[in-house]
Parts: sequence; structure tokens; C-alpha cells
Amino acid sequence: MNIIFNPDQILAALAGGILIGISAAGMYLIQGRIAGISGIFSQFLRSPFQFNWQTCFILGLIAGGIIASLFVPDSFPAELPVDVLFLIPAGFLVGFGSRFGGGCTSGHGVCGLGRLSFRSLVATLTFMGTGFLTVYLLYHVFEVLK
Amino acid sequence: MKSLIISLLMGMIFGAGLVLGGMTQPENIIRFLDLAGDWNPALAFVMGGAVLVYLPVYQFIIRKRNLSLLNESFETPAETKVDLKLVSGAALFGIGWGMSGFCPGPAITATSSGLLPVFSFLLAMSAGMVANQILRSKQ
Repeated sequence: MNIIFNPDQILAALAGGILIGISAAGMYLIQGRIAGISGIFSQFLRSPFQFNWQTCFILGLIAGGIIASLFVPDSFPAELPVDVLFLIPAGFLVGFGSRFGGGCTSGHGVCGLGRLSFRSLVATLTFMGTGFLTVYLLYHVFEVLK
Repeated sequence: MKSLIISLLMGMIFGAGLVLGGMTQPENIIRFLDLAGDWNPALAFVMGGAVLVYLPVYQFIIRKRNLSLLNESFETPAETKVDLKLVSGAALFGIGWGMSGFCPGPAITATSSGLLPVFSFLLAMSAGMVANQILRSKQ
């Protein structure tokens, strides 16, 4: 393991995380809604043409990202590090797995951990675990990616 | 109406946080998950920063209330058990996450890059969610 320590990036990461925390805590405190993106997006999919709060939140994600990208260098990649061949099954697994397991990094990792939910702790440790394992296998064992 | 505006605003803060935290660069996530390579711990600080805010607000403010500030009841997760569904779902999610460097929030936010592969990922992600919905309706 070779650790890359970039203080500026870590500060930005912390600041970004704080904004996410403010958003998630705000959604719950103000409206009683869990800011789990997989949940919100799946609800949006069930009624995509209804202009509901889920639609607004998702539009906000995109709009907020655009505004932030005016100030943050390298906000978006010029091209993705992974080929579409991997992205499609990966997308399916992310979509299916997040809903089957009841949450994703925001739902379990932020909201769940913030609530000190044991369920979310188990979920977070599990997806971190398979995430680490997957990258290890793809990049260092089978070397299908670089 | 209030709910729509607040949701839009909170979404904007969330999206800005994702960009600032570097989450919309899948490379950063893959570097975080790459323990055997050049490991970049930045993602931990994103999640850490988020929990740093969420935890005290939940534990010291939200928990003491019956209703939200707009007098809505607090949504609670449908499932409460730690079971095979939870673990297998999370496991599969983690595999997809490791394969792509994307989870739902950053993928949605990254659509403004205009990159077609991002939309492919989102389409596949949507299919996965629909598949779960179909599976659930058959039980």
C-alpha cells in the first residue's frame, strides 16, 4: 500500500462531506425525509413525470453540481476510467443491490451511521468490503483494469 | 410548494458537496477502494464529514422531536432486521461500486459532464432498481 496524502484534497473532501451532511440532516429535520439517493431515485422512477419532491431533489443534485463545478477544478472527468462494458453490469448491480439492501452510501453510510443504526453499520461495512475486494481483484489479481 | 423548494435547495447543497468532495470523479472512489495500490483516503473524509454533521443533528435535535420542522412525521426505513437481504444487497452494491467508481448520487450529478457512459450507467442502474421492484412484487 502506498498512501497518497494530499492535504488540499482532504480538506475539500471534508468540506464536501459537511455539505452532504447539512443536506441530509436538513432533509430529515425540516421534512422528515431520508436523504438516501437510491431510495429517492427509485421513487422518482416510479413516477418520473410527476413533479414531486423527489424530482426536485434530483434536479437540485444536478444543478448544485453544475454550480459547484464553476469553482472546483476537475469536477467531472473528461472520460471515465472504466469502459462501458463494465459500467453496464456495474450500474445494474448498484441499482439492484442498493434497493435490495435498502440503501447506498448516503442512505446507510451517512443517514444510517448518523442514526447509529446497527443495520446500516453492517451494510456499510459489507459494501466497503466488497468494494475493496472488487477493486483488488480487478486491478491486482485478474488485472482486467488499470 | 415549500417541500419542493426545500428539496431542490437541499439537493443543490448535496450535489455541490459531491463535486467539492471529489465524488463525481470515479477515479477518486477507485483510488480509495484500491488498498493495494496508491491508496487515497479522501473518500473517508467525505463520509466522515457528512456523519460529523448528521450524527449530532440527529442525536441531539431530531430524536427529541415528534415531528419535523414542517410538521411532517419522520420517515423510517421499511426494514429493521439485519438479514440476508441486507447483506447480499450491500455486497452486490459494493461490487458494482468497485467496478465503476459510481454510486447513485455521483452518477446522477455527473450527468452534467455530458458523457454518454454516465447515462449508460444510469440506465443500467435504473434497470437494476426496476428488477428489484419486480422481484419484490412477486413475493
